[in-house]
Amino acid sequence: MLAAVAFYAFSAVLIASAAMVVVARNPVHSVLFLILAFFNAAGLMLIAGGEFLAMILVIVYVGAVAVLFLFVVMMLDVDFARMREGFQRYAPVGALVGGVLLVELLFVLGSWRFAPEAPGLRLSPNPGATVGNTEALARILYTDNVLLFQAAGVILLVAMIGAIVLTLRERPGTRRQVIAAQVARAPAETVVLRQVPIGAGLKNIGILRPPPAAEEREALSEPERHGHGGGHH
Amino acid sequence: MMNWTLALPEAALACAGLAILGAGVLPRRHDMFFPISMAVIGALVLAGVLVLGQGDGAALAGQYVSDAFARFSKVLVLIGAALALTLALDFNQTDRDLARFEYPVLILFAAIGMMLMVSANDLMTLYLGLELQSLAAYVLAAFNRDSERSAEAGLKYFVLGALASGLLLYGMSLVYGFVGTTSFDRLAEALTAEHAASLGLVTALVFVLAGLAFKISAVPFHMWAPDVYEGAPTPVTAFFASAPKLAAVALLTRVLTQPFGELSAQWGQVLWLVSAGSMILGAFAAIGQRNIKRLMAYSSIGNVGYALIGLVAAASADPAVRSEGVRALLFYMAIYLLMTIGAFAVLAAMRRRGRPVEEIEDLAGLARSDIGMAVWMLVFMFAMAGVPPLAGFWSKLFVFRAAIEGGYVWLAVIGVLTSVVAAYYYVRIVRVMFFDAPGAAGALDARPASLTVVMAATGLFTALFSVAPGPLLAAAQAAVAAIAG
Repeated sequence: MLAAVAFYAFSAVLIASAAMVVVARNPVHSVLFLILAFFNAAGLMLIAGGEFLAMILVIVYVGAVAVLFLFVVMMLDVDFARMREGFQRYAPVGALVGGVLLVELLFVLGSWRFAPEAPGLRLSPNPGATVGNTEALARILYTDNVLLFQAAGVILLVAMIGAIVLTLRERPGTRRQVIAAQVARAPAETVVLRQVPIGAGLKNIGILRPPPAAEEREALSEPERHGHGGGHH
Repeated sequence: MMNWTLALPEAALACAGLAILGAGVLPRRHDMFFPISMAVIGALVLAGVLVLGQGDGAALAGQYVSDAFARFSKVLVLIGAALALTLALDFNQTDRDLARFEYPVLILFAAIGMMLMVSANDLMTLYLGLELQSLAAYVLAAFNRDSERSAEAGLKYFVLGALASGLLLYGMSLVYGFVGTTSFDRLAEALTAEHAASLGLVTALVFVLAGLAFKISAVPFHMWAPDVYEGAPTPVTAFFASAPKLAAVALLTRVLTQPFGELSAQWGQVLWLVSAGSMILGAFAAIGQRNIKRLMAYSSIGNVGYALIGLVAAASADPAVRSEGVRALLFYMAIYLLMTIGAFAVLAAMRRRGRPVEEIEDLAGLARSDIGMAVWMLVFMFAMAGVPPLAGFWSKLFVFRAAIEGGYVWLAVIGVLTSVVAAYYYVRIVRVMFFDAPGAAGALDARPASLTVVMAATGLFTALFSVAPGPLLAAAQAAVAAIAG
């Protein structure tokens, strides 16, 4: 009973939000409705006993794909009004293609036969029925096909190395934070303690800023020397 | 029964690869190319030792197989990869953009891919191994990223390689659709003579063949090779022409003789055409080339054609001819691998005032400025042309003999005639080196020591092979017994 109620609730929201994805005028709303649709689809998966699929749907589709869509929609300045301009012109062609696909679908469905064992199988989503489907999938992925799984992982690693090798360029003059150098700095190198006479002001002692560190001094002295040279000429 | 320890060489090489990658990234320095290259060569040698100690059998749910055939190919693949990397040691260090530590790491991962290819006992393992090798190869082709030709080579290789992978996958999915399994063992059981050759399955086989023919750059899927070979940095070209080609040919041999062995009447015809086409194109298209890397590309297309003669003979009904054919093929590829790397070591040494030069005319007068290099090049060119006492003669002799014993006389005739044509351009290089006056641009730079080592090692093998042919022949014989015996 409760499952039936949940099923119809999830299904109704799923269909409604799927419709809204297409209909919504604001593309950001479309993506948000898409996320809602994914969540409801995950709920349906849970009811059907596919808890792994439900979680993966939320993690992969909501967590990665939909957020990526959202980024794209927000970062690219797509003018949706202009994209819809030719709607009336293209509608007949679109309708024709859609019609052909519909007829094909009807042909396929018309000759569809269910295997005799199918209804029985549908009731037991777990292949062995002794383990949950997460564990069953894990056995296939990590035990039966461990070689393929690891090889696929190495392929992805190579793809990552390739992308970095071919595109990463180190710009000259970038300043990196060297934490070890920061930690190793002693107070004596950075802080100067002076007795300041009352009312004399800092200017007269000659300290407005701490003395520059060694490499900075070098960088500073370079233009200075050029300046002196110019003066002598 | 997982029995994963059987795959120890691959596992060890992969772990070493990860460790070496970390060792290259973490120090944040720019001079890691040489130490990382040394570490990778060490890892390849270690993997070679582990391969020699590998046992027989299938492992990892039957998706991986270790037998004498796989071990023979793996040792050669590792030798090829290590020599190709040695070739890069000095070449890459003269160009700051090439001397990055990812170069040896990519070669290492490509080597893992090739080892998986030759050990594949399942269509899925085959595909993943091939893709691992190819992906690393695409990046290596484009490695000199500031050179437009290198980037073009990488992109061209990638796009056409993706197309070939698509064909291969389509064929594999059709095979799965018709037979219901991807395992080589079960495919071999299912494809017995009585209901082997359904039209759909033959179509699937042709798609698989097309995808693999692309990877070995056999006619009519050769069109990428000259551009990629010319554009990629010379050590990368040397790598492409050696180890991956051997691995793909070995893979093709295993796929055709084991799971599809009963369909030999079908694939035999296809391979006959592929082999004859490759030999003819390799001989005639190379004549007009001025760029020596393009010439080597056509030469490698032709050499694949000769090697495939052995595979055509393996389609014969007579088991003795079959094993003769596969043995000739393995023997041919082993000698081709070392000969090619030697020739490319000479090409990598071709520099004038620090800049690499690639025209055949640049070799003019080499005999006067550097007689040692000219003599090694002479050995490699004569061996490729098939001049008698050198190794290349024996490898050609074996494939032609296998073809004649199998009744493929016409193929042998085409092979001999195209060898004569090909001899023209090999001998032309020798003529340019020894008899042409040096050009106005001056002599080539002195060759670096690492290239001399590669030239001497492969050159001595090529020149003195006839003295002791026993070990290689025995190893090839043992390898053949594992798959076609």
